[in-house]
Amino acid sequence: MATWTWFHRFGSPPFVYRIAGRCAPWFGAGAVLCIAYGLFGGLVLAPPDYQQKDAFRIVYVHAPAAWLSLSCYTTMAVAAFVGLVWRIKVAHAVASALAPVGASFAFVCLATGSLWGRPMWGTWWEWDARLTSQLILLFLYLGYMALRSAHDDLQRADRASAVLAVVGVVNVPIIHYSVYWWNSLHQGATVMKADKPSMPAEMLVPLLVMFLGFTLFQLWVLCTRLRAEILERERNARWLREEIQEGA
Amino acid sequence: MNQWASFEQFLAMGGYAAYVWPSIGLAVGTLLANVVMARRRHAQALQQALRRLAVNAAGNAP
Repeated sequence: MATWTWFHRFGSPPFVYRIAGRCAPWFGAGAVLCIAYGLFGGLVLAPPDYQQKDAFRIVYVHAPAAWLSLSCYTTMAVAAFVGLVWRIKVAHAVASALAPVGASFAFVCLATGSLWGRPMWGTWWEWDARLTSQLILLFLYLGYMALRSAHDDLQRADRASAVLAVVGVVNVPIIHYSVYWWNSLHQGATVMKADKPSMPAEMLVPLLVMFLGFTLFQLWVLCTRLRAEILERERNARWLREEIQEGA
Repeated sequence: MNQWASFEQFLAMGGYAAYVWPSIGLAVGTLLANVVMARRRHAQALQQALRRLAVNAAGNAP
């Protein structure tokens, strides 16, 4: 019973519009604080790596970008699935709102990885399992957005793009496990693994704070974009009239 | 603890400045661009919705 009321409330555009507006500033403030501290800790306080020296500091933007691109995609696929199965408009709006953020950080992950690979591996790019599967993630995002803009009818755009998002989610575990399944240039996991992370605390703490900051950032942008999506979707609803004309 | 003896050394990044700083710059630039674009999109959607409501209200008036 309680689950269903919850489900119903989060399917209701007015409720989501208001709650997103109320949460956005908090996510934003948290993201700014965490990212500022994480960058300071990673660039100034952390000692250089014994092998990679100061080049390792790229990890403080590369790994959080990778994390954001993957968590965005997973959330997008789950939302698309919910939208497809239960026909909840807000779920499609969530999926659509997440795509540009995820795509831009999939690109940042690839570009910073390239800038890191050049001095460490001696190459900008290698058709290696990790790198190739991450590139496919970027193409999935671009395909998702292209598919949406190809349909004039919003409902058809929602349904078609949702199918792509759900099918493409198989790529997410492939990216994560690619460094174990195939011989890869890319190093294995240092933080997200079962036993203790292989990093001293002065290096690890800023990185974990960056992960938190990027997660809050994702929620911040999601809230803002979701509000825009809801405004565009809810044409003449009465709640909209009350909501935005009061505020204006 | 601060790892750097001087600001010049910090900028030099142990010789990896050409790789580290563009990475940081790209990431920070993308963060900012995402916020700016999302906020602009919301402001535009709000303006459009207000205009639509105004047109409807005018249409409904006797």
